[in-house]
Amino acid sequence: MGFKEHCFKKSLWLFHFGGASCNNCDIEILDCLTPRYDVERFGMVLVGSVRHADVLLVNGSINTKCRDRLLEIYKQAPKPIVVVAIGACGCTGGIFAEGNTFAGPVDKIIPVDVYIPGCPPKPEAILAGIVNFLNKN
Amino acid sequence: MANLAHILLFPGLLFLLVAGGFLSWFDRKITAWVQFRKGPPMLQPLYDFVKLMSKETILPRNASRMTFLSAPIFSAAGAAIAGLMILLPAFGVSTGFKGDIIVIFYVLAIPSLTYIIGAMASGNPLASLGASREMKLIIAYELSFLLIIAAIILKSDFSLDITGIMAAQQSGGAFIGSVSGVLLFIALLMCIQAKLGFVPFDAAEAETEIASGFLIEYSGPPLAFIKLSKYILMLVLPVLAVVLLLGGFNLEGWGILWAVLKILLVVLLVTLVRNTNPRLTIRHAMKFFFVWMNLLVIVAIVLHYLGL
Repeated sequence: MGFKEHCFKKSLWLFHFGGASCNNCDIEILDCLTPRYDVERFGMVLVGSVRHADVLLVNGSINTKCRDRLLEIYKQAPKPIVVVAIGACGCTGGIFAEGNTFAGPVDKIIPVDVYIPGCPPKPEAILAGIVNFLNKN
Repeated sequence: MANLAHILLFPGLLFLLVAGGFLSWFDRKITAWVQFRKGPPMLQPLYDFVKLMSKETILPRNASRMTFLSAPIFSAAGAAIAGLMILLPAFGVSTGFKGDIIVIFYVLAIPSLTYIIGAMASGNPLASLGASREMKLIIAYELSFLLIIAAIILKSDFSLDITGIMAAQQSGGAFIGSVSGVLLFIALLMCIQAKLGFVPFDAAEAETEIASGFLIEYSGPPLAFIKLSKYILMLVLPVLAVVLLLGGFNLEGWGILWAVLKILLVVLLVTLVRNTNPRLTIRHAMKFFFVWMNLLVIVAIVLHYLGL
């Protein structure tokens, strides 16, 4: 493993894309930043602009309105970028999978690297998912 | 040969980068402790920098290419020049430059100006909003900063260079030992806060309202250079505060420990102010500097004439 990859893993900057979410996953993502879980230990910080991001966190069901926005955000992000689908809605569509405005789970729109299921997933699960992905590569 | 080593190694560019990175880690660690968190590891600034250097650079369609890409390089270069001009005399290397405090005042404005130029060149409405706020902030704090420098020149019997100011303090006691010195130190601390773009004066890069403001379109290596200029300023401005008011440095024996502690103390104060205050709107930030900080410095000058 080169030094560059090591640095990349040690300094992941997160950008949060909330689709048509019920807000539970958003709250759990913010939980990861609180003193109890403190993702800044691993060098992760939440950034305001997708141009600075290394990880795109996508949660909520993606409907026809936010599909174009998600694609746009993904194209604006500097590569390499890791896409993380969080929650049942992000991974499969959850209970919205058969709704008539549903535009497909995240991996039908953009390539997804990590799936973290759960409704909502616990902060531990979100951290474990990202750490597992980092250890795999 | 020795001169080149001074410029490149200690107390020159290499020291600027290493110590600046360390201080920005220190700032993040203290922030984490204040919030009962653990905070990032010590090599975090290095990781961030190398990662940003290896990422893709995106050019916005409406951007003016040359200006957009060269502004970060000029910001890092401006910060490094300011750093050399302050650190060389502060650590006892004679530069033979009379009146360098005036030049330092101008050179320290370069990083903020290049942020504005880069943001204006990026063609993003939020970036130009951030640039406009940064411009207003510069207009507000530069006057206070100039008045502080004028007051310090008065206190040191009209010596216009850093070596002279430090010599005046080492013979007659640090300037902060007087009432006027304390007032000047408070005003200077606020100016440092605004120059570094920290809360309460971070309206220009407010993440939550205008999505990083003037930095919004930067990605990859240009962003790395902007971070580099911030790391350098993180060392340079506290060193300037120590030189101007806290008695400067004396690098013999225990003096080294004192030098380190003085710099860390200034950074600690900046970080604590940053962590215990909300963000001011740009209107209030301007009022704060134009009315209160200028008043404070003028009171300090009057007190100096009264011998306090």
